[in-house]
Amino acid sequence: MANDKTNFQLVANGILAENPIFKLALSMCPAVGISTTVMNGVMLGIAVLFVQVFSSVTISLFKNVIHPRIRIPTYTLTIATWVTVIDLTLAAALPEAYAKMGIFVKIIVAFAIITMRLEMFACKEPVQASFWDGLGMGLGFLVGMVVIGFVRELLGSGAILGYDVLGFKPLLFFILPSAGFFVVGLMMAFFNYIEIAYKRSKGQK
Amino acid sequence: MMNGKALSRILGAALALLFLPAVLQAAGIISDNSFGDDNEIMVEFSTPVDGEAVQNTDNYTVFEENDPDIRLKLEEVVLAPDNMSASLRFAAPLNTTQTHVVKIEGISGKAEEIFRVSKSYLGYLFSVLIGSLLIKNFVFTKYLGLCVFFGTSKKKTTAKGMGVVFTLVMVATGIMSWFFYQYVLKPYNLTFLQIVVFIGLTSLTVQAIDTILRKVNPVLFNSFGVFLVLVIANCVVIAVPLIMASNEYNFFETFMLSLGAGGGFLLALYLMSSVSERMRLAKIPPTFQGLPIAFIVAGQFAMAFLGFSGLKLF
Repeated sequence: MANDKTNFQLVANGILAENPIFKLALSMCPAVGISTTVMNGVMLGIAVLFVQVFSSVTISLFKNVIHPRIRIPTYTLTIATWVTVIDLTLAAALPEAYAKMGIFVKIIVAFAIITMRLEMFACKEPVQASFWDGLGMGLGFLVGMVVIGFVRELLGSGAILGYDVLGFKPLLFFILPSAGFFVVGLMMAFFNYIEIAYKRSKGQK
Repeated sequence: MMNGKALSRILGAALALLFLPAVLQAAGIISDNSFGDDNEIMVEFSTPVDGEAVQNTDNYTVFEENDPDIRLKLEEVVLAPDNMSASLRFAAPLNTTQTHVVKIEGISGKAEEIFRVSKSYLGYLFSVLIGSLLIKNFVFTKYLGLCVFFGTSKKKTTAKGMGVVFTLVMVATGIMSWFFYQYVLKPYNLTFLQIVVFIGLTSLTVQAIDTILRKVNPVLFNSFGVFLVLVIANCVVIAVPLIMASNEYNFFETFMLSLGAGGGFLLALYLMSSVSERMRLAKIPPTFQGLPIAFIVAGQFAMAFLGFSGLKLF
């Protein structure tokens, strides 16, 4: 079960090549729902990072004990345990930020991305590689959330992390809840455009 | 046949129980009462009343049935010209989901007249249903279940099957998790385990429906079975018990919530798949093909669904 990728490659893979939000289009709900500010994105990103890393390590540790037929329920219960841990921790430590995120912290338990990484990576690979893979995926999600939050907060309220940067509000529409769909859709189109333009320039050379 | 008869008898009894409070209310000098505007209670009298006594706000004591200690401040009482009806105006908006108790002293020779003002319970349940179906549609205003939403809204037939399966699973898990929450988690102070228990119940229900459907109705299983696998890891299904637990809903409210949530998901899938079928005929720029255009269409639907906010039927 040797893994030919270095730790750095594993992390970079999660952030760029297989970014959960923009490339795999999984776990879209929070990306649309609560990405109105950078802070929300950072908070939920950290929660997902925590759950992803710890679930990956746990499953990787016990991979030889888990019978293949009950592996999916095992993943679900492992994730649910770690989500409960982060849910209670956030509720106790940061009650204000927790109230803003509402139900989305608990919803992490149903994120397809975490189960997918456990199924595809953690149940086959050694603990150390699973840790780096989980870190990469969690960071990829965090980066995606922060980027969307950055665009929406800058254009919607002219601020970054609550500090007024522009001094005016360019497009109030972006802070509205339904704009989440538009922002994510337009950003995906933007990345597609870059990709198509890049391929075209390569093809001409 | 026997089953059908027994079922309809049970349903009839349940309906009669729900209507009972409305029948019991109409008695005494107060012939009818209801909530008017946000801060208003309307009262109708069976006989013309003494104007001065009725219009004196000191004669009134008003409170919510659950909080008898908190007296609500009455601003003024406006009596209709024929002395047969009055409107009680309050300083602050009333919480119309609660039953309000009104005591009036010294009208028409009686020392004290007490009556209760409440919304029809069926109407309230219906508003929970409409609330989760349209006003707080799980896909377009709560942004849940987007993975499955974008994945399966390409064809109308798929969307319909998916929506029906989701509704069934959500109602089943909603009811089961209500029982677990009320009779196991709460009595033993285990509410911190709700995430683990609810996700376990969801997976179990899906597995059970899968097995039962395979044996009982293979035809139905062949058309809907493929969707069942997708249900397990979906945030819409797990969201219903979590909302139920945080709002402390009772059994009927939970049923209506899960029905509305499932129906809302079906509605969203159906609307989206109708647009997707038309979109296949349209010329879409290559950068927008696939997910980007789907997101933008969903955004337009979300804006349209904003129009439902503030919808009040009862």
